[in-house]
Amino acid sequence: MSDRKPYEQSYYPPVPTRFTRHMRTNLIWQLWEFLILNIKVLRMVRKH
Amino acid sequence: MARLVILGAGIGGHTAALHARHKLGKQHEVVVITPNSKWNWIPSNIWVGVGWMKPEQVTFELAPVYAKLGISFHQAKAVSIHPEGNDKSATPYVTIEYTDPSKSGTKETITYDFLINATGPRLKFDATPGLGPTGNSLSVCTYGHASETAGVLAEMIERMRKGERKKFLVGTGHGTCTCQGAAFEYALNLEFELQKAGVRDKADITWISNEEELGDFGVGGMHIKRGGYVTHSRIFAESLFTERDLHWITRAHVQNVGENQISYETLDNEEGTADFDFAMLLPPFSGVGLTAIDRDGADITSKLFAPNGFMKVDADYTAKPYEQWKPTDWPSTYQNPDYSNIFAVGIAFAPPHAISRPMQNERGTKISPTPPRTGMPTGVMARLVAYSIADMMNGSEHPTHESSMANMGVACIASAGAGLFNGTGVTMTMYPVIPDFQRFPNTGRDLSYTSGKIGLAGHWLKHILHHAFLYKAKAKPFWRIVPE
Repeated sequence: MSDRKPYEQSYYPPVPTRFTRHMRTNLIWQLWEFLILNIKVLRMVRKH
Repeated sequence: MARLVILGAGIGGHTAALHARHKLGKQHEVVVITPNSKWNWIPSNIWVGVGWMKPEQVTFELAPVYAKLGISFHQAKAVSIHPEGNDKSATPYVTIEYTDPSKSGTKETITYDFLINATGPRLKFDATPGLGPTGNSLSVCTYGHASETAGVLAEMIERMRKGERKKFLVGTGHGTCTCQGAAFEYALNLEFELQKAGVRDKADITWISNEEELGDFGVGGMHIKRGGYVTHSRIFAESLFTERDLHWITRAHVQNVGENQISYETLDNEEGTADFDFAMLLPPFSGVGLTAIDRDGADITSKLFAPNGFMKVDADYTAKPYEQWKPTDWPSTYQNPDYSNIFAVGIAFAPPHAISRPMQNERGTKISPTPPRTGMPTGVMARLVAYSIADMMNGSEHPTHESSMANMGVACIASAGAGLFNGTGVTMTMYPVIPDFQRFPNTGRDLSYTSGKIGLAGHWLKHILHHAFLYKAKAKPFWRIVPE
């Protein structure tokens, strides 16, 4: 994560917690997310 | 027998050719004219640009595929369209100039009954002095550019390993660029590759773009549900950049790309400079420069094309302020209003206006994104236009299939680092592409279809799509199962 200093550009946006970052590469959670993602994309495709 | 001629064999032209060939009986002819001998899965050029893939992994030769399918293939560039024929014959035709090395420069005419313009863009590097691979910056717009960029990046990494500090600049090289998503994806991949190479602490990465706010992506940004809030993609994008220690300059028009420094002006009328050792800056786009001639030999280019060189279709091109823009301004059949046998898909069609709010500074410099219409929307338009033409060849008087970007959803998956177990991808879904504030007050889009996520799953999906689209483009068995 960046070195955030008051009143600088990077001071304001939200940054993920360690847990959030861990979940981004957690295999079990990401397999679930993969399933959800595919369903979302397929729903989108079906709208055409 | 009728003949369909398709100009261009990118995502739009090639998709149209495959579907048209599938729909039309053998009595009809499908002809593809494209200056390139290879098909390129352009979204994966990002991975070529960071050295994770080689050009051979994102391209293949078109000729064998077209030979297998019974599609006539001319490796040539289209020069002019003659929609009324000439004084000797009323049959419309196009003039082409071969780029095929065996007959390079030879000109020929090819008649058509139906024409699809899917020529994609001209990359206008000349719009900004010093921009582009022949100037002082790099690009990932073609696999050749991306490969060159990867070579320069490898050199930079070597020098950083020896202790040198380097400045990287990624974004858009002009105030009217589009495809911010591609540059955004490159910035994230670049950061990931520098981490992987162990030299991230030696690199300063700066994003520069013509977006009013980060996360605009040329579609005015989007709202997503996140953490119990409805949040704008600006927050999402700023968070991604902050997490990776990327700095950003937005609302910027790059005026000049010097050897190691760019100069820019902003919407706020400020002028600035930014130093770089490595700059990957996208160019603005225009049409490829086709001309149109009527039967008497008079130039009717302005009748067929908008001033930016893109082809006019069934859109409402009435000039109007942002407040009066309507989703119904956008085309749905992609048929030219003057010549019912001519269609344009993908980047080649002239949009009625931008999607992001148009902006300019006090000097009058336009600094706002032009509308993206690549990838998934292009493929969808191409399929539906091919179906319409197939029906028209079989007797229908009008296009039978419609799909406006105002009723179309898209999924954009931006890789944020390639790795089977440690990679991540940013997945954004959006419906509709053109915001509709009457149907969806406050956000312009349906929040149940519009989302943004980051994680390994996005990378897996991006990787799978890479292989699936190459499989489909090669027209291997059951290719039609793979959606656009």
